[in-house]
Amino acid sequence: MAEARAAVRAAVTRHVRRAGLPYLLLLPAVLFELLVHVVPMLVGIVMSFKQLTEFFIRNWTAAPSAGLDNYRFALNFNGAVGSLLLHSFLVTCGFTVLTVGISWLLGTGAALLMQDPFRGRGLLRTYFLVPYALPAYTAAITWEFMFQRDTGLVNRLLVDDLHLFHTAPFWLIGGNSFWALVVTAVWRTWPFAFLVVTAGLQNIPGDLYEAAAIDGAGVWRRIRSITLPQLRPVNQVLVLVLFLWNFNDFNTPYVLFGNVPPPQANLISLQIYDTSFENWNFGSGSAMSVLLLLFLLVVTAIYLLVTNRRRKADV
Amino acid sequence: MSDAASALRGNRRRRRSPRSPMAPPPAFLWTRRIVLTLLGLFTFVPLYVMVTGSLKPLQDVQSAFQWIPQHLTLRPYIDIWSTVPLGHYFVNSLIVSTCSTVVSVLIAILAAYAVSRYRFPGRQLFSVTVLSTQMFPGILFLLPLFLIYVNIGTATGVQLSNTLLGLVITYLTFTLPFSIWMLVGYFDSIPRELDEAAKVDGNGPIGALVRVIIPAAVPGIVTVAVYSFMTAWGEVLFASVMTDDSTRTLAVGLRNYASQNDVYWNQIMAASLVVSVPVVVAFLLLQRYLVAGLTAGSVK
Repeated sequence: MAEARAAVRAAVTRHVRRAGLPYLLLLPAVLFELLVHVVPMLVGIVMSFKQLTEFFIRNWTAAPSAGLDNYRFALNFNGAVGSLLLHSFLVTCGFTVLTVGISWLLGTGAALLMQDPFRGRGLLRTYFLVPYALPAYTAAITWEFMFQRDTGLVNRLLVDDLHLFHTAPFWLIGGNSFWALVVTAVWRTWPFAFLVVTAGLQNIPGDLYEAAAIDGAGVWRRIRSITLPQLRPVNQVLVLVLFLWNFNDFNTPYVLFGNVPPPQANLISLQIYDTSFENWNFGSGSAMSVLLLLFLLVVTAIYLLVTNRRRKADV
Repeated sequence: MSDAASALRGNRRRRRSPRSPMAPPPAFLWTRRIVLTLLGLFTFVPLYVMVTGSLKPLQDVQSAFQWIPQHLTLRPYIDIWSTVPLGHYFVNSLIVSTCSTVVSVLIAILAAYAVSRYRFPGRQLFSVTVLSTQMFPGILFLLPLFLIYVNIGTATGVQLSNTLLGLVITYLTFTLPFSIWMLVGYFDSIPRELDEAAKVDGNGPIGALVRVIIPAAVPGIVTVAVYSFMTAWGEVLFASVMTDDSTRTLAVGLRNYASQNDVYWNQIMAASLVVSVPVVVAFLLLQRYLVAGLTAGSVK
C-alpha cells in the first residue's frame, strides 16, 4: 500500500516536473519580455492619456489626465500638431514604398541573375553584402559626406563632371533631401533583399528546372514560370519585413540630417522623437506612437490576410 | 540549414553536367553583365569615398571633392583617438553590445529549447508575442522606458538613465525577440533522433540540451550572437537619449567630430572605418550560416 502510494507520488512529481519544465525554461524569457516589452507598452498607453509635459517627467503619477486630448490633437489635421504628423506620415509612406520597391527589385534582380554559377559569383555575393553589414550610422555618415554641397562626391559627379546642373544643388536641405534619404536607405536595404532571395532560390528543387529545360523553356520563361512562383512564400515575409523596417526607420534620417530634419524628409519616428524630446511633450509623443503601432498592426493584418488567401487560391 | 546545404550541393551537381538547353542566351548574359556592373559601382562608390576620405588631409576634404586623392596621409587614423574620446566610446559600445548579446542568447537558448521541443498551453501566445514585438517601432518602447528610468531614479535613487546597465536593458528590446525567434528555427532543424539518443544514454531534458542540442546548434548560436552584437553595435535611437558623456557609445559619439567649428570629415571617415571593420568581417565570415538561418525562419 505504502509502496503503491510512493509510486503514485513519484509518478505525479515526475508528471509535474515534466509539464512544468517548459515553463521553467521560459521563465527568464517571459520575465524579460514583461520587463522590456509588456510593461513599457502598458505604461506607454497610460502615458498617452496624460498631460506629460517637462514639469511632470520626473514625477509622472502627478501628471494631470488629458483624456483623449493627445489623440484629438494628433488627429486634428488642421491643427499644428496634427498637420505635422500627417505630413510626416505621408512622407514616410512615400519613402517606404519607394525604398521597399527599389530594394526588392534590385535584390531580386541580382539574385536571379546570379542563380546560375559563374566565375567569381561567391566573391561578388559577399561583396554585395558589405553595405548591409556596415553599422547603419557609418553608412549614413558616408552618404552625408557625399551629399555635401561644396565638398561632396555627388555634386562633383552631377555638376562638374556630367554638367547636369548649372548651380550645385543642396541635397541635405529642401526637397532634394527626400531623394538623398531614399538613395541612402536603398543602398543599405537592397543587399538584405538580395540575401534573402538568394537563400530562397537555394530551396527551389533542381528537378523543376530540369523538367522545364527538357520541355524547352528558356531562361526568361523559367524565371517567370518556376522561380517567381516558387519564391512567393519568401517574398511574402521579405516585403513585410522591409516595409516594417523602413516605415520605422530612425537611424538614416537622424544621422543624415540631425535632430530636426528638413520637413520633406521628416520620417514619422523622427517626428515622434522631436515631439517627445525637443518639445518635451511625452503625452503627445506616446499618443502618436500608439497610433503608429495601430496603423502597423492593421497594415500587417490586412497584408497577411490578402497574401495568405492568394497563396491558398494558387494551391 | 541542411536544406540550404543540400541545395548548394544540388547546384554544384547541376554545374558538372551542363546541358545545352540550360545554357543562358546572350541577352541574359549581357543583362547580367550590365546590371551586376552597375550594382557593383553603386556599392563601391561610398566604400571608396570612405577609404580615400580617411586618407586625405583636412584641407583636401574641405575643398571640392577629388576622385583621385592628391595627398595621402595616415594622420586621421592617429588624430581620431584624441579629437574625441573614441577609445572610451569604443569600450562603452563593446560592453553594451557584449552584455546585451550574452544575456539575450542565454535566455533565448532556454526559451527556444522549450518552444522547439515541447507542446504546452501558452506556447502559441509566447511565440506570437515574441514575433510581434520584433516589428514594433523602437520609439514605442523608448518613451516609456525613459520615463520609467527617470522615475525610478527620483523614487529610489537607483540611476538607470545614462548608465550602461540601463542601455543594456533597452537593447534587450530588440536583441531578445530576434535571438529567440532565430534559435527556435535552428533548434527545429536539429533532428529529434539526437534527443532520443541522449535520453537512451541516460540524460534528462537538461542533459540533452547541454550535451547534445547546444553542441549541435553551435553555428546557429554563434550566428545569432554575431547578428545581435551587430545590431546593438549600430543602434542609434536609444543611445541618443539614454547616454551622457561618460556612457556615450560609438553610434552617437561619432557625431562629435562634427560639433566643433571644423567638420573633420577625414577623421569621421577614418573612425567610421575603424568601427565598421570588426563587425563587417564577422558578418562576412558568417554569412553562409546567416543565410541558412534566415531561410529556416522565413520558409516555415
